[in-house]
Amino acid sequence: MAADSLVLLAADLAGGRVRVVDLTHTLSPDFPPIVLPPECGQSWPFRQEEISRYDDRGSGWYWNNFSCGEHTGTHFDAPAHWISGRDLPNGTTDTVPVQNLIGPACVIDCSAESAADADFLLTVEFLERWEARHGRIPTRAWVLMRTDWSKRTDPVAYQNLDETGQHTPGPSSEAVRFLVQERDVMGFGTETIGTDAGQAIHLKPPHPCHYYMHGAGRYGLQCLTNLDQLPPTGAIIICPPLKMLKGSGSPLRVLALVPG
Amino acid sequence: MTAPFTRPKRKNPVLRTRLPLPPPGARSRAALGLSAAAAMGKFKLQVCEACRCVQYPPREACGSCLSPRLRWREQDGFGELLADTQVHLSQEPYFRERAPWRIGMVRLDAGPTVIVHLHSACGPAPCRVRVGARLDKAGQGVLIGFPVDEVANMADDRQLREMTCDPKFRKVLITDGKTAVGQALARTIIAAGADLVWVGQAEPWKRSAGLEALSALPQVAIVPLDLTDSSSVVEAAGSIGGRVDILINNAEVHRTYGISARNGTDAARLEMDVNYFGLLRLAQGFGPAMRGRAADGAAGATAWVNLLSIYALSNFPPHGTFSASKAAALSLSQALRAEMRGSGIRVINVFPGPIDDEWNQPLPPPKLAAEALAKSVVSALKDGVEDVYPGDVAQEWLARWEENPKVLERELTA
Repeated sequence: MAADSLVLLAADLAGGRVRVVDLTHTLSPDFPPIVLPPECGQSWPFRQEEISRYDDRGSGWYWNNFSCGEHTGTHFDAPAHWISGRDLPNGTTDTVPVQNLIGPACVIDCSAESAADADFLLTVEFLERWEARHGRIPTRAWVLMRTDWSKRTDPVAYQNLDETGQHTPGPSSEAVRFLVQERDVMGFGTETIGTDAGQAIHLKPPHPCHYYMHGAGRYGLQCLTNLDQLPPTGAIIICPPLKMLKGSGSPLRVLALVPG
Repeated sequence: MTAPFTRPKRKNPVLRTRLPLPPPGARSRAALGLSAAAAMGKFKLQVCEACRCVQYPPREACGSCLSPRLRWREQDGFGELLADTQVHLSQEPYFRERAPWRIGMVRLDAGPTVIVHLHSACGPAPCRVRVGARLDKAGQGVLIGFPVDEVANMADDRQLREMTCDPKFRKVLITDGKTAVGQALARTIIAAGADLVWVGQAEPWKRSAGLEALSALPQVAIVPLDLTDSSSVVEAAGSIGGRVDILINNAEVHRTYGISARNGTDAARLEMDVNYFGLLRLAQGFGPAMRGRAADGAAGATAWVNLLSIYALSNFPPHGTFSASKAAALSLSQALRAEMRGSGIRVINVFPGPIDDEWNQPLPPPKLAAEALAKSVVSALKDGVEDVYPGDVAQEWLARWEENPKVLERELTA
């Protein structure tokens, strides 16, 4: 039976009946990293240094060294990233159970609300309205918050910082608890820098999505793109982080399988 | 008075860009004392400790009493111009290209008679002049006869301009436009007559009101530039590197930790990445084009300025990792100087004491204001000096360091 479904999947992929959508931004030096006060420890932005390029440093080959923080570009948050998840088993990138890294995606379209209000908070009521239209969010699903934020190609607009900090949409504290406790989701994904809203430090608790998701051993995906190419339900996402020893997160390539 | 330096005509792009040829640069070890003093804007000659006789040219032993105890001492430079002439023919390519060249012979009040490059406002002989020392395009100390009293447009003398790096009509890159120092540098150098000032902007999402105000000036253009990003430096060099006449590298990261006040290496690494590797990336990106344009007309590429710190001389332990990064940058700037020397591009190192910024917030005054630092940089360009120690703190540390670096280390690490 399972073997049959894989054969079918292979045929559907080859025949274009299942499309593969890339939900990943290109890792580039210009992609903005998270901004913290300068006295804090800083996550390195993505940097590339040539090792050689068919030149005197290596005549026949081109390659680079790169450096970045674990939370750079499109990236995965493991439970150990947050203090609430610090003591959980299998909470780092090397120990995350691999079956958790492939699963169904529910895409909550908040693009109109986010365009109207950069500080938009996704509420329980909003989720319930979505369920009324698209059905109940299944257990172990990935919930992806579509805001079209990834279409802000100007890094200044993408960061959207002013003197009170960052203004980007995210989930409310109650919505995160609802997803974790009532729907048993696998993780939460956003198009912004952070699974939490830009002003989430002022919520109760601060950064509720990090706090509750990771406290319950669930995962985060950030800086996703192309969520507008996914159906509200029916897609499957594949999101394995790099297997780094005791990693708190990892840049990764996120793919979605979409009925074509 | 001196004829004012007027805006040079635009370059004829059909003609070959003149190669930079340095004037004769060979010096004895003893003679390098004159260059070392001139590098700091001073005119020094050797004075015999035994018989007080002032020496010229520099030598190993006193020309009067043969004592080897000669010490470099600052001179006021006053003297009598005995003779002056114009050199029309020279075997040296550098001077052939710049003929006629005015020189003179001056009997210093202090004793010796010296040969000088003669300022156009002097003379004719006999008359009183004041001799000063400058660095020439070879980076070596030479003597110049100036008029005793200031005359109009004195800095515009054609020969003197060969020894200086006046920003007038030049195009300048300031690598970080977000800091108060960067903004003061831009305004000061525009006031000094610079034609165009590019100011670097890293992390554009972190807005800077000062930079936004600066960009309203007609001479200012913002250029994306992040010294931690090699591709950014390469791109900026590709975009404007062939036009930059004066590069001022003021980008720095200053974190105020010693060794044990901060776990890990992240802050120290960022300091190194900007303060040291940033300079290396800039030198590789912008150095070659600047060297190639060092004789490109009357206002061609001329100077490279590094904002270092007085802590580069001796570690200030409360800012220990910052001091180390500036010491690394100082060392690298010496290598840059060596590589730039042949072209005549002057590498100027600036060693301020604490600057009045947020990273020095807990330090008591005196602290150096951004405007004062900017003025000292422009003065250094106009005077053509190599090492600048602006402000009281820097001057005091320098004096202590020159007197005994080990004692200063003990004082700072007490």
